[in-house]
Amino acid sequence: MVLGNYKNCVSARAADPAILSASQDGGIVTQLFAFALEEGIIDGAIVAGQGDEPYKPEPVVATTVAELMEARGTRYTICPNVSMIKEATRSYGLDKVGIVGTPCQIQAVRKAQLYPMGMRAVPDKIALAIGIFCMENFPYQGLETMVEDLCNVKMESAVKMDIGKGKFSVYTERGAVSQIPLKLTHKFEQGGCHVCLDYVANLADVSTGSVGSPDGWSTVFTRTKAGESIWGKAIEAGYFETKPIEDVKPGLDLVTKLATDKITKNQKTLDERASFGVGKGLRNPYI
Amino acid sequence: MEEKPVAEKITIGHVHMSGCTGCLVSLADNYEGLFTLLDNYADLNYCLTLADVRDIPKMDVALVEGSVCINDHHSVEDIKKARENATIVVALGSCAAYGNITRFARGGQWNQPQHEAYVPIGDLINVDLHLPGCPPSKEAIRNVAVMAYLLLRGTDEQKELAAAYLKPLMDLAQRGNEACGCDLIYDVINQGICMGCGTCAAACPVRAITIEGGKPNVDRDLCIKCGACYAQCPRSFFNFDVMNQFEAISEAIDAAMGKGDE
Ligand SMILES: Cc1cc2nc3c(=O)[nH]c(=O)nc-3n(C[C@H](O)[C@H](O)[C@H](O)COP(=O)(O)OP(=O)(O)OC[C@H]3O[C@@H](n4cnc5c(N)ncnc54)[C@H](O)[C@@H]3O)c2cc1C
Ligand code: SF4
Ligand code: SF4
Ligand code: SF4
Repeated sequence: MVLGNYKNCVSARAADPAILSASQDGGIVTQLFAFALEEGIIDGAIVAGQGDEPYKPEPVVATTVAELMEARGTRYTICPNVSMIKEATRSYGLDKVGIVGTPCQIQAVRKAQLYPMGMRAVPDKIALAIGIFCMENFPYQGLETMVEDLCNVKMESAVKMDIGKGKFSVYTERGAVSQIPLKLTHKFEQGGCHVCLDYVANLADVSTGSVGSPDGWSTVFTRTKAGESIWGKAIEAGYFETKPIEDVKPGLDLVTKLATDKITKNQKTLDERASFGVGKGLRNPYI
Repeated sequence: MEEKPVAEKITIGHVHMSGCTGCLVSLADNYEGLFTLLDNYADLNYCLTLADVRDIPKMDVALVEGSVCINDHHSVEDIKKARENATIVVALGSCAAYGNITRFARGGQWNQPQHEAYVPIGDLINVDLHLPGCPPSKEAIRNVAVMAYLLLRGTDEQKELAAAYLKPLMDLAQRGNEACGCDLIYDVINQGICMGCGTCAAACPVRAITIEGGKPNVDRDLCIKCGACYAQCPRSFFNFDVMNQFEAISEAIDAAMGKGDE
């Protein structure tokens, strides 16, 4: 169960080179939303748009492909996408909402659908929830410290950041790459991530991430009937190139290993929280 | 035609305490879904707004909206009677569950200036489950009604699912009768488990919550103490046993409501 329920898993990338030019990995999120928008499967999508400081995202309701393009790339800091989920169905007037989010955000979406308490008319309007894999996230000040102090790069000159192969890497607009070992970043992680038991967005319609596939490609799980149907239509329409996951390196073994590592480590944190004090513990949201 | 699992309906009553009827409007807001509920699963055997039954009868489920004015002896009798006569008491909406806006009542208005003290129903009777929200979402009321039906009339498997679904709402009722945006501070942020998803901000009916620096910031003078933010937060409760089946459960509810997937 560490990878959740899924129907199919492939390695894929967007067919449109314009999308790939600035997407994080295979441009799956942007390409799939663009397809869904053009087909009327969604009438907008909540994505991490540009905020007012460099690399500080803000949730936006994108209703055009141009707005989706603006939101490409991973920002390794908190972007409260779910905060827009009700508003998308109110002032934006959307009937078929797309949303991208980290595993915890997709959990929030599903809870809002099954137990809607302050969420009237949201449950039936979620048309496509795309989850992105996530090992951990960082508060903005933590990211700033990692980039500016440890990597010695100004936030405004960074064009891409990436976590992979045990390193945190920052790419600048002038072509430089600055890297630090991932272990230097651990102390900047958001505390709330340490009780998270989901790596590959188990509850999404479609989830995607970089791990498992070669650079420029993504690992993609289709999980629900809706996800499978939309993905199938997009493939049929020629929106993606795919390879069987069994044919790529490092493939699902690495995804499974990282998912298992994350869940094991965080389950231990949860267990320790139960006896954090003397005869007293901290709250466990899962029981 | 699918055969109905069981033919016998449950009885549901709507008990109106010091509420605004908005919770009942939320039930009615299910439109044809409400008719499906009444056709197939439940008889509405008490509801002063909609039916001419004067006294609180025996019922399987009491949907109680509003808090209780302890200076009004009729109200106090009504809530006790509702408890006596109902198998399952649901605090429907935030006034019943948490007091909500009636927390701010303090008397001094014509023509009952002495009507000054209001308590959530759980302060006077045992409540089986909380369904917070101001208003509570129509879909959640529908889900609770369907699940109550399955719990009381379903097969063993359906009973098990319904019990699992209702458990976190029962736990909320056990947790207490006080709510505020401060719950996010005490029980999520201070506990080290907030991850900045923003759900609380979306749930708040009065936009008292903004996400600043990745964490909720509550404008506590705007907060009306409804408890929606904490209840909706995925780090208040997140029951994997139910959530992992979200697709099947949504489909089952849709099927029960005659909205089969085409
Ligand atoms: C905090 C974080 C940690 C991650 N950790 C891993 C990991 O451990 N392993 C792994 O394989 N993949 C991880 N990813 C996912 C990966 O970095 C890519 O986001 C994913 O592969 C999608 O790439 P793409 O080319 O398909 O998307 P693109 O087409 O580039 O689109 C990316 C989408 O993600 C959204 N987005 C960007 N930042 C955020 C954010 N902070 N919160 C919510 N949405 C955002 C954007 O709005 C955009 O729509 C992580 C992502 C984030 C945000
Ligand atoms: S590690 Fe978990 S809690 Fe943290 S951002 Fe990622 S999905 Fe959310
Ligand atoms: S809903 Fe809960 S986890 Fe999400 S931002 Fe609000 S308090 Fe934090
Ligand atoms: S902050 Fe908003 S949602 Fe939370 S209790 Fe107050 S009014 Fe309700």
